[in-house]
Amino acid sequence: MTQTHIFDVIIVGGGGAGLMAALNASKSAKTAVISKLYPSRSHTGAAQGGIGAALGNLEEDQPEWHTYDTVKGSDWLGDQDAIEFMCAEAVQAVYDLEQMGLPFSRTPDGRIAQRPFGGHTNNLTGKPVRRSCYAADRTGHMILQTLYQQCIKNETQFFDEFEVLDLILAEGAVAGVVALEMATGELHIFRARAIIFATGGYGRVWEITSNAYAYTGDGVAVTLRRGIPAQDMEFFQFHPTGIHKLGILITEAVRGEGGILINDQGERFMQRYAPHVRDLASRDVVSRAMYLEMREGRGIKGGRYLYLDVRPETVNRCAEEDGRTRPDGQPYRVTGEEILSKIPDIADFCRTYLGVDPITQPMPVQPTAHYAMGGIPTDLYGRVIVDAEKRVLPGLYAAGECACVSVHGANRLGTNSLVDLVVFGKHAGLDAARYATEAALPELPADALEFSRQQLDQLRNGDGSEQVAALTHEMQAVMFEDVGVFRTRQGLESAVEKIRQLRQRYAQGVRVKDTGKVFNTELVNAWELGNLLDLALVTAVSARERSESRGAHAREDFPERDDARWMKHTLAWLKDDEIRLDYKPVTITRFPPKERVY
Amino acid sequence: MKITFKVLRFHPERDEKPHFDSWDLEVEPTDRVLDLLEQVRGFYDGSLAFRRSCAHGVCGSDAMRINGRNRLACKVLVRDLDSNTITVEPLLGLRVLKDLIVDMDPFFKAYRSVKPYLIHTSPPVADGRERLQSPEQRERFDDTTKCILCAACTTSCPAYWSNGDYVGPAAIVNAHRFIFDSRDQGAAERLRILNEQTGVWRCRTVFNCTEACPRDIKITQAIAEVKRAILTGKLD
Repeated sequence: MTQTHIFDVIIVGGGGAGLMAALNASKSAKTAVISKLYPSRSHTGAAQGGIGAALGNLEEDQPEWHTYDTVKGSDWLGDQDAIEFMCAEAVQAVYDLEQMGLPFSRTPDGRIAQRPFGGHTNNLTGKPVRRSCYAADRTGHMILQTLYQQCIKNETQFFDEFEVLDLILAEGAVAGVVALEMATGELHIFRARAIIFATGGYGRVWEITSNAYAYTGDGVAVTLRRGIPAQDMEFFQFHPTGIHKLGILITEAVRGEGGILINDQGERFMQRYAPHVRDLASRDVVSRAMYLEMREGRGIKGGRYLYLDVRPETVNRCAEEDGRTRPDGQPYRVTGEEILSKIPDIADFCRTYLGVDPITQPMPVQPTAHYAMGGIPTDLYGRVIVDAEKRVLPGLYAAGECACVSVHGANRLGTNSLVDLVVFGKHAGLDAARYATEAALPELPADALEFSRQQLDQLRNGDGSEQVAALTHEMQAVMFEDVGVFRTRQGLESAVEKIRQLRQRYAQGVRVKDTGKVFNTELVNAWELGNLLDLALVTAVSARERSESRGAHAREDFPERDDARWMKHTLAWLKDDEIRLDYKPVTITRFPPKERVY
Repeated sequence: MKITFKVLRFHPERDEKPHFDSWDLEVEPTDRVLDLLEQVRGFYDGSLAFRRSCAHGVCGSDAMRINGRNRLACKVLVRDLDSNTITVEPLLGLRVLKDLIVDMDPFFKAYRSVKPYLIHTSPPVADGRERLQSPEQRERFDDTTKCILCAACTTSCPAYWSNGDYVGPAAIVNAHRFIFDSRDQGAAERLRILNEQTGVWRCRTVFNCTEACPRDIKITQAIAEVKRAILTGKLD
């Protein structure tokens, strides 16, 4: 028996963006959060190094500099009105988090502690600036916990372990979502005036990834199937420092605290690629440098990894070379104990997974798939945009990693994911609640469950010739090889073809063997692979068409940025096996494009 | 290397009582127990049910009993176990819903009962900036901020096994995180809750919780500090 629930605002996803939206929407609208995980399990909790905001607690800083750094980091693809808005709001957002109880690390005078991060600079001197507000290397954990705590205080209504399968549209507006209750296997209909997708990223498309198993791009896939485009999907960030083979994130804060990357010859190679800020260049720049080092045989023992070295003797030697100082002007010198106190979880990961103590040994690292700059197109208030003319779909919102405002453009700066989800989660929540007070509750179409049932039935009725796990590995290998840090037309064409074949094999061959209803995780995993395959195809096709290099999209056959032809956002629609592309202009307000040098 | 991987199974629509299934697997010493579970679900038995997400010990989804001890499946490597047989069972003290998935509702209910959120009634700071807190004040409750709500501690506690009304170590850890936060004003209320029959006095200082914690939180010590605060009325 299908249960039907009615709310003003439904939020899909219980991570940072979803919880911020819930806290704000529930001030004036009847709100619920539907999450496939218990909210405290969300991937926001894996963010480590900090949230960027120009508080200026340790040295001069200003939101304008944060804005410019973000524009530059985005390789001028970010929309500057949105970036300016986000960076200005970031300061109050951090104070708000502190008010909610977030246990930030503190400066000696009791203020929120801040550390340097890649691409964040003093715009006058060009030197790294301390802008990342942090709680040791657990900033995301603290944000997620704090927001969840506030939701408990606020008595927010949660539907935990419900997987949203479909978006219901009626008369050109949203009418609700369909969700599978994992504990019972029953479908539920959630009717609502406004729906906010806050479902996170899709990094499980790649073989080496820092992303959680849950990061299967559900929200973007669900909206694509309902005719809503995905924007800028060719831009996916590879974080320079994932643990070798496992992909587990080693925060940029390790380099912020003075760690450096070295090759097999013991050389600090980032000096050659980014002479001004070296190891604290933007992530796309560092990941490419690492690939070039490995390609030229300077990976460790000739292999596909390099060393990240934060041993105190190394840090102190480099700090001396660089003339780095403390805020009080004293030379920057550290002890092993001080480093451990700044990155305790990283030390724990290294010991657990590598048997390495980062204070006495360097860490083997390689670039790891990390963050989707692209996603569901929105405006500043989280309202979903459905075409190049910026038409809004009434009642539909997206925020956080699944959305593309776009504030990250072609490459996101470290710390800005947390800024994004707090700022735009809040505004999506506020605007959805405002909309819900004005809008009528649309009637459900007669066949509201039909499409969800079709999708699940297909997975139960395939011919059984394919295994979900095997298809997943094949997809991840193709995407890592051909749609990774460096790309070519040939590789992208081959990837598109292979992903098309995988989608066919998936549609015909997958047959879920568990016929039970209770926690049928095999069924859920199979459905999620369908989402990943859809997004892999959209990503590969969007990348194949963009014949330039910009930010995280590095084409070896088109090594230069091409503003004349490509200063524009990609919009991609998926219908069956076909992808249609269109483009919309980038908003440029204060910062005309120029060469991007670190 | 070859190992025998045993999992305690229970499929509510099929089984009357739990039973072990066993697989001989070819594994790497550096594989996580979670990788073994994925290998089984992916290639041998899709109906095997377990929770997981981050796969590196920060989300708290995959706490289970591994060779008799509560651990996160993603934080234990085959080589850590030093055994050719690896046995995995669901957490004790919570109802098994399917295989390794237990009913987490009582756990989260206990967590919510201690008011796990900052209670602060004073107006915001006049300059609109952050409240001040010294590094020493911040350090006072640092250890208990690390909790990921995985339930490994609570479900390792004999006092919890014998009486599920006991709020359990995880709830006390989360109360501690606020009781000793210099910005919080709700300590008296929480101490009153934890002084009730379902509160801290059920703890018999067995240290199972501390041993089980994948985040190395000194849980027994945190509970002792809460007990002392109740007795002395002082937060030092």
